[in-house]
Amino acid sequence: MKTEYKIIADIIERNSSILDVGCDDGSLMEFLKANKSNKIRGIEISKEKVQTCIAKGLTVIEGNAEFDLKQFPNDSFDYVILGQTLQAFINPELVIKELLRVGKKAIITIPNFGHWKVRLDLLIKGTMPITNSLPHNWYNTPNIHMCTIKDFVKFSEIIGFKIFKSLALKNNNISNINNSNLFFKNLFGELGIFLIEK
Amino acid sequence: MNIKENIKTLIIEKPLKLDCGQTISNFPLAYETFGTLNKNKDNAILVCHALTGDQFVTGINPITNKNGWWTYAVGPNKSIDTNKYFVICANVLGGCMGSFGPSHENPKTKKIYGTDFPVITINDIVNAQVNLLDFFGIDKLFSVVGGSMGGMQVLQFVSNFPNKAKTAIPIACTSNHSAQNIAFNELGRQAITADHNWLNGNYNLKKTVPDKGLAVARMAAHITYLSKKGLQEKFGRKLQERDDLKFGFDADFQIESYLRYQGSVFVDRFDANSYLYITRAMDYFDLVKRFNGNLSNAFKNTKTKFFVISFTSDWLYPTQENKEIVIALNAINANVGFVEIESDKGHDSFLLDVPDFLKAVKNFLDKSFVEKL
Repeated sequence: MKTEYKIIADIIERNSSILDVGCDDGSLMEFLKANKSNKIRGIEISKEKVQTCIAKGLTVIEGNAEFDLKQFPNDSFDYVILGQTLQAFINPELVIKELLRVGKKAIITIPNFGHWKVRLDLLIKGTMPITNSLPHNWYNTPNIHMCTIKDFVKFSEIIGFKIFKSLALKNNNISNINNSNLFFKNLFGELGIFLIEK
Repeated sequence: MNIKENIKTLIIEKPLKLDCGQTISNFPLAYETFGTLNKNKDNAILVCHALTGDQFVTGINPITNKNGWWTYAVGPNKSIDTNKYFVICANVLGGCMGSFGPSHENPKTKKIYGTDFPVITINDIVNAQVNLLDFFGIDKLFSVVGGSMGGMQVLQFVSNFPNKAKTAIPIACTSNHSAQNIAFNELGRQAITADHNWLNGNYNLKKTVPDKGLAVARMAAHITYLSKKGLQEKFGRKLQERDDLKFGFDADFQIESYLRYQGSVFVDRFDANSYLYITRAMDYFDLVKRFNGNLSNAFKNTKTKFFVISFTSDWLYPTQENKEIVIALNAINANVGFVEIESDKGHDSFLLDVPDFLKAVKNFLDKSFVEKL
């Protein structure tokens, strides 16, 4: 999803230090390294994907964001990125707090469970929704804490972090989310992208 | 052991103050090189060997006529590609492959040093080795690499010389020897010193060797290099060239025969006193204590890019101990990558054909070589 990478890159200032949490095969890291900053690190749980990252010349640590972020001191990075994995954590609240401790700012992207296709799937079929970005069955999905764009906005109030930028991505088109359009963005946005701070 | 003709040696004239307080000078450091140093002198890799290794990293070891100890990883087109890189390896101080060690003659007494040899440390070993860089006119290594005790040297090297290595790969190692590590080494030392041929280290005077004790030391250590699963799969309860148990103390089981063989070939190539000295150096290794309980301080000023590697089945230097190095480096925002390689070959994994490991090292080195750091 190159548009998502470009949006993330646009948020980040040149030569910032970056940590990509759950960096997968390192494709976002590669993109940011080429376009924004070579002060970039990753953390990834899958050994196979860590190997892929090493083969790309990226500095990656094999580890679990839920337990291994604690090794980084406060404000270690200008930006910490969590791309489409918040929903997979046992304790998303703890992860967000850790992200905001380790990074001065955090960029979080979430697959929007409030999208109309997801809602329709459940409404009509009466079974757990399966879509392109959420291809798993309920019993084998790693996504145990799905949320909607609206949920995430509410979450910021509950946990007490500040959202500085909130964007919705739909068919590779990007738009700002604000209080007055939240209902529609939550219905039509496929992905929410948030820049947050403590 | 008929050494010496095939061994390259650098005489280090400069006095070296050892951790024990003594100063040595004009001592030999045996080394070997592989590949070619390029014009810019920026393709050198210092390989640090483990407890029983030597400078003959790859190719045929001229002393034992067997393959070098890291032939899987080092050589043309291999992980540490000698077509590209200039590999240097020194026999450690205290060793028995030509470097200054307990089997050398004490010029004052005209006798072999034996236990009069000063107790050396990993720090001393590294400080001796760094002379090779000056000898070759190398300002900065491309990498310093080693597994097990070699990994400890890697850590010590970067700590002592924060600007002398572009990258560093400490493999299957630790920042300080655990009680369990010390216990196993002590078992080995006790086996040697309990051999009546040891003669307080003066066995050469009687032209004998504490071979039984050294073999037992090797056997015990060898078990710690393997994993339970690996042993079970390779040997299980298989019998050695017999159909049934013999109700005696011969090697009934293949594992017994294997260990006896490992012990017997080891005594042909290794000096018992060196074994005492080098295991002691490992036991004394404590980079945490050296930096007042904070390992991060050991690497405070380094720009070196680290790649820490551990193995799932290594219970001698388990992943957790390797991770502590990663944590210490992250705490100071050092450039560090880490991977735990899946393998059931135990601590020895780094010496064996473990494709994921070999691939990771190759990729890391080849990518880092072209990278501006």
